[in-house]
Amino acid sequence: MGQRVLLIEDEPNIIEAVSYILSKDGWTVHTHSDGETAMEKVMQGVPDLIILDVMLPGRSGYDILRDLKAQETTADVPVMMLTARGQAKDREMAIDLGATRFMTKPFSNAEVLESVRALATR
Amino acid sequence: MPDRVLTGTRARNRRLDLGLRQAAVAKVVGISGSYLNLIEHNRRRIGGKLLTDLARVLEIDAALLSDDTTDAILLPIKEAAAAFPEAIVEDARAEELVSRFPGWAALVAAQRRRIAQLEERTEALSNRLAHDSQIANSLHEVISTATAIRSTASILAETPDLDREWQARFHTNIDTDSARLAQSSQALLGFLDMEMEAGDTETESAMEQAEAKMAESAFYFAGIDKGEEPDFGDVDDPAARVILQDWASLARKDAERLPLDAFSQAAHATAHDPARLAARFDVPLDMVFRRLAHLPNDKDHPLMGLAVCDAAGVVTFQKPVLDFRLPRSGAACPLWPLYQALTQPGRAIRRVVRLPGAAHTPFECFAIATPVGDASFSSEPRVTATMLVRPARNEDHPDVVGPGCRVCTVQECSSRRHPSLV
Repeated sequence: MGQRVLLIEDEPNIIEAVSYILSKDGWTVHTHSDGETAMEKVMQGVPDLIILDVMLPGRSGYDILRDLKAQETTADVPVMMLTARGQAKDREMAIDLGATRFMTKPFSNAEVLESVRALATR
Repeated sequence: MPDRVLTGTRARNRRLDLGLRQAAVAKVVGISGSYLNLIEHNRRRIGGKLLTDLARVLEIDAALLSDDTTDAILLPIKEAAAAFPEAIVEDARAEELVSRFPGWAALVAAQRRRIAQLEERTEALSNRLAHDSQIANSLHEVISTATAIRSTASILAETPDLDREWQARFHTNIDTDSARLAQSSQALLGFLDMEMEAGDTETESAMEQAEAKMAESAFYFAGIDKGEEPDFGDVDDPAARVILQDWASLARKDAERLPLDAFSQAAHATAHDPARLAARFDVPLDMVFRRLAHLPNDKDHPLMGLAVCDAAGVVTFQKPVLDFRLPRSGAACPLWPLYQALTQPGRAIRRVVRLPGAAHTPFECFAIATPVGDASFSSEPRVTATMLVRPARNEDHPDVVGPGCRVCTVQECSSRRHPSLV
């Protein structure tokens, strides 16, 4: 079984496309689409990498990131943030909160794969 | 005093421009030549009827001659010069411009004020575009859909060995996403259109300024719970200050009946159930709604928003939460429980609703309309409706309420006032 990635994203067709390309690359992909219960999902089985959307129903990705970094069991898990806003202040906020990478939508599949592979070899 | 200097000088310059003799002008306005001379050399104040008479003789608007107008014209003229340092203006002769060509000076001043207003409006619109949750949601929908299309299309184009089942699935996704993209981009245009229209008619309203002030402290002023008076001295607009003071006065009364520690503890114990809290403290429901919406963030309470409207449906207060924000212009969807409460004063309403579109959080809404103030035999009761809004916990079938007809995607709606743009 490959390394586990948890994709927290509320857009079903992005979930399907990203899951497909990561699965094809050898990753075991788990998905979740609700912000409010995202931490529960993480704690059910801490993944090797988390891809986290910023705008989620119920709870912001930034709040989830803050919780991830505050918990001992998840603090070291690399987190790649996905956002529709590419402004410098959004990027700074994500990095300040502990995100490992920050990717602006719309992204290409190649960018996602390259980033995920880079994070896996950290 | 520079304003006094200017009035006399302006009168003198204007008389000389018209080629009138001092004595002749003095005679027409009923004063001696020597007195007019004192005025023209700024050694006597002038106002009232004499100012009006002198202005008429000098064929000039009295307002342009008066001391009070001086700063109102001179100051913006100097600001206009300062705003364009590359323009070489005769700065030292600004007062002479006002006195010799008062009409042109007033025009420059008016244009400077207009530019300042437009700059403020542009900034307000820009802030709104950046922070308005409806626009942010709409933009998010457009970009998310474009991302899904791009990613799916790449898979189709770059995976020659893609099996037929996946191929069909991705084709279907692209088809549905492209339709969504068309719809969401139209919705975005609709929101932008509404924002621009709002910008054409008003700058930031007193209500918006009051809301912004409250939002700075997350709609909670700790001092109120200690019986202190919040300081709104930094709010420029007097109308916004009145709104804030009225709100603080009501919040103080609520805090007296529902002391923070006892209420906070009871809120946790009752899972923030407004009806149980109202019964426990023997207070009206609308008071509980307000208190719940104004609890401090550090006590682990759930997110809660609030809206209050008058009998005409005009939103007089709101604390937005997540996607929830009612339009201030009165173009809101009448299906919100807030407006339904207005039709049945005294009836407590609880409904779970959501905005159209899959990504929106469902909201649990509690609403009630109540009379305000003491009953009187001589006047109709004033009724307001209050609605508490919070993200819903578990509800399978929330009712759909729209953001407003123009940008609402619900087609079959008996409450639709006009066609949707989307």
